[in-house]
Formats: sequence, structure tokens, C-alpha cells
Amino acid sequence: MSTTCTNDDPFAVADTILSSRLLLGSGGASSSGVLRDAVIASGAQVVTVSMRRTHSGVDNGLMHALKDLEVRVLPNTSGCRTAREAVLVAELAREALGTDWVKLEVVSDDRTLLPDVIELVEAAETLVAKGFHVLPYTTDDVVIAQRLEEVGCSAVMPLGAPIGSGLGIRNPHAITLIRETVDVPVILDAGVGTASDAALAMELGCDAVLLATAVTRAERPALMAGAMRHAVIAGRDAYRAGRVPRRHLAQASSPLSPTV
Amino acid sequence: MTITATLNGTPQTYEPGTTVAALVEEHGWREQAVAVAVDGALVPKSRWQHAEIADGSDIITLSPMQGG
Repeated sequence: MSTTCTNDDPFAVADTILSSRLLLGSGGASSSGVLRDAVIASGAQVVTVSMRRTHSGVDNGLMHALKDLEVRVLPNTSGCRTAREAVLVAELAREALGTDWVKLEVVSDDRTLLPDVIELVEAAETLVAKGFHVLPYTTDDVVIAQRLEEVGCSAVMPLGAPIGSGLGIRNPHAITLIRETVDVPVILDAGVGTASDAALAMELGCDAVLLATAVTRAERPALMAGAMRHAVIAGRDAYRAGRVPRRHLAQASSPLSPTV
Repeated sequence: MTITATLNGTPQTYEPGTTVAALVEEHGWREQAVAVAVDGALVPKSRWQHAEIADGSDIITLSPMQGG
């Protein structure tokens, strides 16, 4: 399986060097088999899961599939509306899954699923103090990203557009500004609809992309997962290569000396 | 004589002295990834054997599902 990282371009989050800059959410997959094929095609090393009230037997297929794939499971706090709820869910996730990593989500309402950044920063600070590696899903506001870095988050994960919307990156300038401002990894999270969105995130300087819906609800999830893998690699390489400046007029790529 | 507690939002009756470990066992959750909170506080697995369920407790158990 080819990877998106090379020795001269490592991707480090918290205490770990990851071999892929694509993180995959497990939400929306129609079966564990579909998810498994998508994870393999994506090359992702990190796969998110949500925490919900226990029902007998329901998690067995998912957790067995992820264990077989040898990926790092990243629990999220989706469904939480307050810092207090999110802290408790994170603690339960750490207990159930044995990981200090948490994708911190505190959202305001079901209609937009936009982060409640007041509660988010409070929860992040509390969880860092409790020894978590916190990866917060946040808005594309650079000031909030700075606050999250200041309280000790291991990365910041700004949205490109609302969760599941597939609208792409609505404010590229804001993402660029975050990348230029914070030192922790910037992981574009939410809003990716297709491969070019993921490539753009990387071209803007994001360190990685986290997506779910664009793959799991595609007509052919594994095919789209492979497309995302290539897009992230291409976008990262393009960012590192340094694009040419935009010009208003032509600049000849052939010699200007006379021909006939 | 039994006690009443809420498990994941549903009222349940238990024998006095029932532990969190016994509750998890009774529901067949021992082999699953599961974590337990009672009255809004995590009960670590290391304490399950000794944590007795009190009358009126609000018990939440969470497990990983697809999501995110």
C-alpha cells in the first residue's frame, strides 16, 4: 500500500508519526465490509468511531474489522452539546478503547452541526489537563484555532463546510490563515465532497484531511477512498513543490525568438 | 426487596448489592468494548467488582459505533 508520507516529510500528531495524511471517519458506511474495503483503499491509518449507548453485539463487527486492519481507532464525542458532556464521553471512550486520543466535537444544534466554540475550548482545556491528546473539530476562525493551541490541543481540525454537506472548502483564505498562524498540525475536517476538495486542502497547507461522508456515502466507496488517497498525496506534493504565481497575462513557455 | 436504577434511560430493578461488574455480565457486555458512568462520573473497570449500584442511580454505558 503506498503512503502519503516519506522520511523527509513526516506527519506527526501528538506522540505518533503517521504514514498517511488521510484520516477516515467510519460514519455512513452501509456495512463493516464496505468500511473495511474503503479503509484499505484509502490507506488511512486512523479511523474515527462514535460512542453511543451499549446494545448487545452491535459493535463486534466494527471493532473486529478495525482491529484486523491494524488502524488506530480515534473516538469522537459526537452528539455532545456541552463541555461537561464531551469530557464524560471522552473519559468513557478512553476507558472502553484504551486510547488517550480523542476527536473533540461539541456542536450547537442538529441543523448545522456547527461547533460551539465556547464549550469546545473549555472541554479541550479540561481534557488536556486529564492527559488526553485532543484533536478538536472547530470552525475556520483563526482566533479559536489559536485558543485551542494555547490550551494544549495536539492539532486543530477546522471545517471546510458543515458536516456531511459536501460543499468543499467555503473559505480557503481562513484555512490558509490558520495554517500560517498555529504550529500544531491542521487537519481539514468536514465538508469534503470529492477528491479535488481534499487536494485543495492539502495545497492550502493543511497537514492532513479527515473525511467520512464523501467516501462512505459515495456510490462506490472504495473507489472514492482511493481517489481521496491520491488527492491527498497530490495536494501535499503540490504544496511542497511550490506553485507558480498567478498572472493576469500570458507568459510564454516557448522561446520568444523568431520562427519563420 | 429490590432497588431501582436507570440504565441507558430505562428503569431497571436490581437486587441490593448488585455490582457494576454483575450488571455488565448480566447484559452480556463483558466481551465488548464498553465503559460505564454512574451519576455522571466514570466508573473505571478496575472498580467494577466493588462498585455497588445504589437505589436511584443513573447508569450510562457507552460503546463504539460507526461515526465521525
